[in-house]
Amino acid sequence: MVGGRLAQCVGRWSRIVLWVCVLALMVPAGVLAGGEPYKIGAVFSVTGGASFLGEPEKRTAEMIVEQVNAQGGINGHPVELILYDDETDATKCNLAVKKLIKRDKVPVIIGPTTSGNSLAVVGLAEDFKIPLISCAASYKIVEPVESRRWVFKVAGSDKHVVGKMYDYMKAKGISRIGIMTVSDGFGASGREELLRLAQEYGITVVADERYGPKDTDLTAQLTKIRESGAQAVVNWSVGPTAVLAVKGWRDLKMEGMPLFQSHGFGSKKYLELSGDAAEGVLLPLARVNVGPLLPDDHPQKKVIMEYKQAYEAKYQEPISSFGGHAWDSMHLALAALKAVGPDPAKIRDFLENTKNFVGQHGIFNFSPQDHNGLSKDDLEMVVVKKGDWALAQ
Amino acid sequence: MNLRKFAPVAAFVAFMAAFPWMVAPFDAISHYTDVMVFAGIFCLVTIGLSLLMGFAGQISLAQAAFFGIGAYASAILTGRFGWNPWAAMPAGAAAAAAVAWIVGVPALRLKGHYLAMATLGFGVIVHIVLNEEVEWTGGPSGMVDIPGLSVAGVRVLSETAWYYLVWTFVAAALIFSYHVLHSRVGRALRAIHEAEKAAEAMGVPVASYKVQVFVYSAVLASLAGSLYTHYVTFLTPSSFDLMWSVRFVLMVVVGGMQSLWGAVLGTVFLTFVGNEWLHVFADFEVLVYGGILLAVALLVPQGLVVWMQEKLSRRRETLLPRSE
Amino acid sequence: MESAGFGAAWLQYALGGITIGAIYALVAIGYNIIYNVTEIINFAQGEFVMLGGLFAVFFYEACGLPILAAFLAAVAAVALTGLVLERYVIRNARQATVLSMIIITIAFSILLKGGAMLAWGKDPYRLPPFTGGGSILWNGVAVQPQALWVLGVSGIIVVCLTLFFRRSVYGKAMLACADNPAAARLVGIPVRTMIFLSFMLSAAIGAAAGVSITPITLMEYDRGALLGLKGFGAAVLGGLGQFFGALVAGLLLGLAESFCAGYVSSGYKDAVALVLLLLALFFKPEGLFGSKEAAGLKRF
Repeated sequence: MVGGRLAQCVGRWSRIVLWVCVLALMVPAGVLAGGEPYKIGAVFSVTGGASFLGEPEKRTAEMIVEQVNAQGGINGHPVELILYDDETDATKCNLAVKKLIKRDKVPVIIGPTTSGNSLAVVGLAEDFKIPLISCAASYKIVEPVESRRWVFKVAGSDKHVVGKMYDYMKAKGISRIGIMTVSDGFGASGREELLRLAQEYGITVVADERYGPKDTDLTAQLTKIRESGAQAVVNWSVGPTAVLAVKGWRDLKMEGMPLFQSHGFGSKKYLELSGDAAEGVLLPLARVNVGPLLPDDHPQKKVIMEYKQAYEAKYQEPISSFGGHAWDSMHLALAALKAVGPDPAKIRDFLENTKNFVGQHGIFNFSPQDHNGLSKDDLEMVVVKKGDWALAQ
Repeated sequence: MNLRKFAPVAAFVAFMAAFPWMVAPFDAISHYTDVMVFAGIFCLVTIGLSLLMGFAGQISLAQAAFFGIGAYASAILTGRFGWNPWAAMPAGAAAAAAVAWIVGVPALRLKGHYLAMATLGFGVIVHIVLNEEVEWTGGPSGMVDIPGLSVAGVRVLSETAWYYLVWTFVAAALIFSYHVLHSRVGRALRAIHEAEKAAEAMGVPVASYKVQVFVYSAVLASLAGSLYTHYVTFLTPSSFDLMWSVRFVLMVVVGGMQSLWGAVLGTVFLTFVGNEWLHVFADFEVLVYGGILLAVALLVPQGLVVWMQEKLSRRRETLLPRSE
Repeated sequence: MESAGFGAAWLQYALGGITIGAIYALVAIGYNIIYNVTEIINFAQGEFVMLGGLFAVFFYEACGLPILAAFLAAVAAVALTGLVLERYVIRNARQATVLSMIIITIAFSILLKGGAMLAWGKDPYRLPPFTGGGSILWNGVAVQPQALWVLGVSGIIVVCLTLFFRRSVYGKAMLACADNPAAARLVGIPVRTMIFLSFMLSAAIGAAAGVSITPITLMEYDRGALLGLKGFGAAVLGGLGQFFGALVAGLLLGLAESFCAGYVSSGYKDAVALVLLLLALFFKPEGLFGSKEAAGLKRF
């Protein structure tokens, strides 16, 4: 009897499997009809560990495609965005990029979201000669330039963020700092730069603490820094730990030791989550986060405010730096498609020679030696005041 | 070997050999060869694991760690010290074997959930070491620019070449494991699984055999790691975390622990499910994945291979009604 | 100055360790309740903690309940989830082997995590502390009132459970199911009801841990796995099925982590806790408080 029931269930089950397979094969075939669309490939970490980065990136990219197509596409061609989720997994990311290149035959790819995943696919972009515009920060993504001819990135390098931070510290007479970094790609890259640039700016790192991305308690690390005699604390993480660091810092009454955060803290959500505890926290931020604070004649003011209004109206959530990366990469890809059409080699050359491109994260000036195009001048030092950003003096 | 036994194997070999050529003409599935390369690499891990779980009855949640040891050994030896990848590969395997032996001797005296916890703990420790030893492993930012692989002086570049290389390894692992199973050791293993105390009383050196299988599974995982390294040419510790150990166990269980074919089928099935077929569900993907696992565990707890065999034999029965 | 600072740091580490250790202990106790009655290790235990926190956020923010009512509502909601797990999943797999039980509970945890991701999104959420007021600075040691709540809630749960299992008929009946299900059935204990109760109870305890910790740590959809892992470690270290062992082991793990982060290396703190766990297992394979005989009798 049990066997009979099992067989029944199994019968149903096998039909489900069949449907799954049929669906899987049909979807790629059901490409939109219409006049020869321009394809843009995208890989973002929409789920998994970096989903809070990937989600706004996906939404931004989808919104831009809608906007462009509503205005008749580029040069009469509609734009088709082919977007895959890599689940914050390097293997899946590698496969997704291969699929974009081989099956979908896209001429340009935006993403991946994280440094790790970007590094896992730069080799593919080189081998298959398809331009890739990464949304992640690590400088290794675009250096050494000889072996990264096809790879660009729109996120500022950590050395810019650290440079901006250290400049500010020097101006305020801070020379001994304790750093705490999260042990993932984001934190490791920040830690590297914090340690590497310290000497150049005359700063001593007196405590160097680490913690895991899912840690729930950072008081031990903060206490250790408090005991080290540092003049300031630098926390370098993204996600919940960035908020926990703020709360712990406030709980331990460490106000006498200003807390600097990395740009990873640059999301309104984190401000909300930290509540009053964040008052006085300092961080270097790209201008996309502080659009309303910019003077009206600032060249980025217009693009940032337009993006902000459109995004917030559509999704009822504040814009973030991460969405800004997707905006920059998407618009660079669109500009290239508009200028040279869907030819990977021409797109690459176009990107490499793009100057004065006004984006969310700065004014990009690419060159054969610099596939990032940003500098520390594209950042603003920001302080948290009454639950909102304010430009730091 | 008689014909009835030989025919399915021959069919399998023919199918696998023809696979890249079968999918190549269809744009929508031409990249399935890429997926199969990863599936093959994972198969090496799960074949070893199925020997350990299905035949020796011991669970291991540390396979991702051995996978990682092989991967990083290859990456460091070739990238930093300029070794030939083919020399680095056995060196990595030897390292994994040594570690497996050191851990296995005390760990395999444990039973059930305690063994699961011990292997799990070891796996997490290896992952932490990969994350923290930044000077050697590059830490969480990963290692870049790892050299590729050459066979007889020719760089293995195309997916098809990788496909044949990886699946040759899988075939070798299958043949070797098959012989292990049908040797004295294999019979002893099954005895351990059925009744450990009885086996011991009969003079089977239970402890030593368990450790040997554990070491063998670690060596296979390490080889898989080496291949993965040279294929992706980039490493990050997150590819070797606990989730992967769990995934390997799931692959074996979904396919069916009682046969090597189960490991291969489960691995290929879950690799495609996870990387290909569920994308259509977008945000619901995770739910569907969990649902599939749950359905398999509840409805066909013996695994897909046993289920398929049952189906086939039932069909045969209906064709030739028994005279009873 | 130096010595005063040292003392303060020491206490601070101890406090942090005990707080997180109490949560590990509660997760471990959740494992033990189910294990005791069914010999199943429920790998979805960590997800109950996550769900507890997120449900509390839902009841507090969306439904406007006061925080303590939100606490109770969240515990009830998660207990219901435990019921669903037992009634619709576990009960359909009674003949399953231990290994496929592991797979089933892992699959269920994936479903819970995916469901939480769809329902709450991927952002972390916060909850206000149960009682107002910021942290108290005492001799250089910051004490969060919520940490006291965590300890209080854990203490109450441990005491209640002890009384429940020692004194009440239901508690004794549940223990009887663990010892010998067939004999328990013979003396008229409704074994099925007991199994069912054990899942609800363990889900509720996990949820209580989740709600208590959320004001300190925030909560998001993928928190469960790590808490589940640490709790499993504590359960094994204490000896599977041992409530007192789970409590001690949970606190030990929490303290080991915290002190290691403070004095040795914050990056290696999890590894040190795990090495201790492995050593304990290798030298005392049945856990610190488990008895060898009992371990020998267990099915797996």
